[in-house]
Amino acid sequence: MIPENILSILIFLPLAGAGIVLLLPNRETATIKGWALLTTLLTLAANIWAWTHFEGKTDFEFQKTYLWIEAFNIYYRIGVDGVSFLLISLTNFIMPIAVLCSWREIQTRVKEYMFVMLVLHTGMVGTFAALDGFLFYVFWEVMLIPMYFLIGVWGSGRKIMAAFKFILYTMAGSLLMLVGILYIYFKAGQSFNLLQWLQTPFSFAEQFWLFLAFALAFAIKVPIFPLHTWLPDAHTEAPTAGSVILAGILLKMGTYGFYRFAMPLFPDAVFYFTPHILTLAVIGIVYGSLVAMVQKDIKRLVAYSSVAHLGFVMLGLFVLNSRGVEGAVLQMLNHGLSTGALFLLVGMIYERRHSRLIADYGGIAKIVPMYSFFFLFVTLSSVGLPGLNNFVGEFLVLLGAFEFDWFWAAVAVVGVVLSVCYMLWMVERVFFGPVKQEENRGLKDLGWREAAILVPMCALMLLIGVYPKPLLDKMHASTDAFLKLATRQAEQTMAYDER
Amino acid sequence: MLDLIYKYVSPQTLAWLIVAFPLAGALLNGIHSLLAGRFHFKPSKVFTSILGVGLPFFSFAVTLIIFATLIGFPQGQEPTMITGPLFEWAATQGLSITFGLKLDQLSLVMALIVTGVGSLIHLYSTGYMAHDEGYARYFSHLNLFLTFMLLLVLGDSLVLLFVGWEGVGLCSYLLIGFWFEDPYKAYCGKKAFIVNRIGDTGFLLGMFLIYTALAGADLPAEQHQNQFFNFEVIRHFSAYLLPAATPICLLLFLGAVGKSAQIPLYVWLPDAMAGPTPVSALIHAATMVTAGVYMVARLSFLYVMSPFAMEVVAWTGAITALFAATIGLLQTDIKKVLAYSTISQLGYMFLALGVGAFSAGIFHLMTHAFFKALLFLGAGSVIHALGGEQDITKMGGLKERMPITCWTFVIASAAIAGIFPFAGFFSKDAILWHTFHGGHISLWLIAFLGAGLTAFYMFRLVGMVFFGEPVMKAAQWMKVHESPPSMASVLMILAVLSAVGGWIGIPYALGGGDHLQEWLAPVFAKTVGVIEIGSHATEIVMAVLSLLWALHFVILAWVIYAQRKEWPARMAGRLRLLYRLVFNKYWIDEIYNFLIVRPLIWTSEKFLWGIMDVRLIDQFGVHGTGRMMLVWNRLVTLMQTGVVQQYLFFFVVGVILIIWGMLFK
Repeated sequence: MIPENILSILIFLPLAGAGIVLLLPNRETATIKGWALLTTLLTLAANIWAWTHFEGKTDFEFQKTYLWIEAFNIYYRIGVDGVSFLLISLTNFIMPIAVLCSWREIQTRVKEYMFVMLVLHTGMVGTFAALDGFLFYVFWEVMLIPMYFLIGVWGSGRKIMAAFKFILYTMAGSLLMLVGILYIYFKAGQSFNLLQWLQTPFSFAEQFWLFLAFALAFAIKVPIFPLHTWLPDAHTEAPTAGSVILAGILLKMGTYGFYRFAMPLFPDAVFYFTPHILTLAVIGIVYGSLVAMVQKDIKRLVAYSSVAHLGFVMLGLFVLNSRGVEGAVLQMLNHGLSTGALFLLVGMIYERRHSRLIADYGGIAKIVPMYSFFFLFVTLSSVGLPGLNNFVGEFLVLLGAFEFDWFWAAVAVVGVVLSVCYMLWMVERVFFGPVKQEENRGLKDLGWREAAILVPMCALMLLIGVYPKPLLDKMHASTDAFLKLATRQAEQTMAYDER
Repeated sequence: MLDLIYKYVSPQTLAWLIVAFPLAGALLNGIHSLLAGRFHFKPSKVFTSILGVGLPFFSFAVTLIIFATLIGFPQGQEPTMITGPLFEWAATQGLSITFGLKLDQLSLVMALIVTGVGSLIHLYSTGYMAHDEGYARYFSHLNLFLTFMLLLVLGDSLVLLFVGWEGVGLCSYLLIGFWFEDPYKAYCGKKAFIVNRIGDTGFLLGMFLIYTALAGADLPAEQHQNQFFNFEVIRHFSAYLLPAATPICLLLFLGAVGKSAQIPLYVWLPDAMAGPTPVSALIHAATMVTAGVYMVARLSFLYVMSPFAMEVVAWTGAITALFAATIGLLQTDIKKVLAYSTISQLGYMFLALGVGAFSAGIFHLMTHAFFKALLFLGAGSVIHALGGEQDITKMGGLKERMPITCWTFVIASAAIAGIFPFAGFFSKDAILWHTFHGGHISLWLIAFLGAGLTAFYMFRLVGMVFFGEPVMKAAQWMKVHESPPSMASVLMILAVLSAVGGWIGIPYALGGGDHLQEWLAPVFAKTVGVIEIGSHATEIVMAVLSLLWALHFVILAWVIYAQRKEWPARMAGRLRLLYRLVFNKYWIDEIYNFLIVRPLIWTSEKFLWGIMDVRLIDQFGVHGTGRMMLVWNRLVTLMQTGVVQQYLFFFVVGVILIIWGMLFK
């Protein structure tokens, strides 16, 4: 039997851990790290437990509702469908890894760091679980502030600028979203209940503006071209764990926002904006890839590749058929795994050599064979080699796009070629050829802790690539329900045309 | 014997074992080599060799068992076996992709070639790579290649074919760049991967088009169960693909053009010679590069629906065959000659497919696997003996020092040149005959010309490498030695196959039974509209004609390059421009670099990143917005002077503006 409040446990376990971290003395860094790791691992265990009880029904599961602020009709209302549950699982999978990879990298203010990480953890899980507009907004903000500190305090280089850019960008977006949420609140009879919102009819003009308000907030997070310039800065300057979380989970907040709010609530606007968003999505794919190709900093390269990968996700969501949408959701997970792992690997080499420039390496495959193996493995996953995770998602997204209109697939498929160009070119310059710099001869290969981080990630990539069906099965019902909601307009129009 | 086997294992398990054996080898050797690299111990060569070579041989044995089972089927029963789905890979609404194997006449022939020639090359590698420090890594990659190649030929759906298709591409990438300390080799590996990916985009879009056409056609669900990528389903409903047949076939053919190195995507294959020579033999001659041919043959039922696509296939093949042969004439790197020869021979296979002679194409694929593998392994033997020398102008007279290599090489050259009764004669003749017979006279002429050139450049190679006077110094000459038994034995086995391998396809006209064609016939679609313009007599005349044609070039080349070595230089002097054009491979690589690669990188770096991203969006857009705020901030600050008169002025101006607005709305 699983406790009714399992979802709340998942949300607040990290926060409880954060509270305990605060009570520990500053100098006991080992205990603090150990405690943080234990907390995230416990959350992961609870998540696996919940996984075995998750059925993948049309309705939200593990639902729980408590009255929170009576005066404004605000409830603590949570529940998950297949998609949000998968994303929560991804979060809980990434977090222990993020803690583990900070083990040696973070030497200053360890206590504050772990506290911030655990609060961030709660924020992320909460955002995915919230079914109440107000609650969603609260968690959304809870998630942004810790990220700001992660970049600003523990980052490198021009960290303050990067942190500012990140926070201003996202705040500007979320303010518009807040306006949107408040408008709906009054329109839906003073309710923040998402389920009630879905029943509320909106006029086209309302949908148009509300969609824009929500879409802007989410598009910044995704990020959709041309709102992406905060991303390379934030990624590059953030500490490794920050980049991993940013790429692995925070970017998914944007696409998840589209999936959960912007698209099902405003089908007319979706219908209207589809061509625009598809255009931006494929521009993102091609543009992100091309710009990634000429980067000189490995981390920046990976950051721009995210723009391209997320372009695939947006493409899949907006072609509005089950191939596309399920591919897109799978691609959210895959991008979290693969790009997360790439950031981890870059972080590991940075710890040894304190450089992220491609030109500072060359020929290191000979010196660090194990590290090179993992890097190549993750690279192959990232370029969508069949048998590994990304292929499944990209295949489904492209298939869905082709069904929608062959043109979009034909443009997006260019990204498949370009991804090989930028990734393998980088691999060639970093790992192959003669050893150019003498300092690199002393590089140490992976240690046990690092192997413990990478092995589960790579195993999961292989598993998803070889047998993605269990994941897809969990989301069928939810994506079907989503499609019904998001294509309400299309159906009406078609029915109208037939008449 | 068979009964005994089937008492313990089911046929399905046996089929999967074909793939599983090399996979196990790849995993074990891979882990072995990785741990050795990490913990700095020397990987065990015995362990690697036993696994790395033994498991492919097991796989070959299992393939033979299944072959024996299938030919033992009673008369009138299709010798076909489908394992059924092992598992469902992915499914969404309206789509189900399952993984299963399909062993029919075509895939079985392919599997026999892959495991047979593959195992031999694995064995050869134990000698060739004996002193390499990456021994275990090499065998893990080579085993992995076999796994993916077998998935490619045995898969029962387009998706599984594609999995194998990209998988072999990966192994090709890893093996071309096997000696990655050399930046040129690493570059070549990457180039191969990228060029292949360009073709793969066509493959993907072609697959999508098939899906869209079938899924949108409202077909009876119980007959397809949404498995629209399954070959059986596609074939069963192929009539629904008729309207889209031309784009589907052309898109898929783009994939084949990339993988099988045809114009315009052949540029990666000559560079792929940077890999170890056994790899060139296995991957870039015998098996992987023929995947495109296999794919088109597998989907023959689609191609026959689009005469236009067939034309494109045939012309691409014919032109490539001739074009690559001309480049082969002047190359001085022994492996490059063979590489261009491979491109040219693949062109012949596509020509065969394009004129509807599918079994002739597969026949040539098979004989080519024998003799081209042998040629490469012979070249490897020479390179091995000369300590890595690949320039044929520095060789000569090697017959004395390495007789086995020499005579096996001559047999293979005779086979590729189309000399009776070696394997290549029958298969090339089948292609030429079917082309002529089908009324494609201009295609035939191109192919006929190419056949002559083939004979010429091959015997130029033979003459320059093995005959004539040795060019090298005496001290070096004494060090040249015949290869160890592990390599020489493989050369001899392949020489036998190159000699007699063609006999299973001797046409009726020459008194044979055309067994291969009869075996394959049920798999292939019949082409429509073949014009009958020949008889047995013409067929014999044509065969003799092409034999004489080839023979005359063989003698010509041999005379020029083994005995009159000053002639070529004089010829080159007279035709300077043409010579330079061909010698520089028509500058195709340079043209691609100039037209595509460099502009793309320049645009991305200077314009997209430098101007668009950094200047326009970030500096101007984002930071510009920030600065705008500052400007407004200043303006507002300026207005707050504390002077009441000024405030009154603002107030009055405001009121006027509002009234103005209300009046002239």
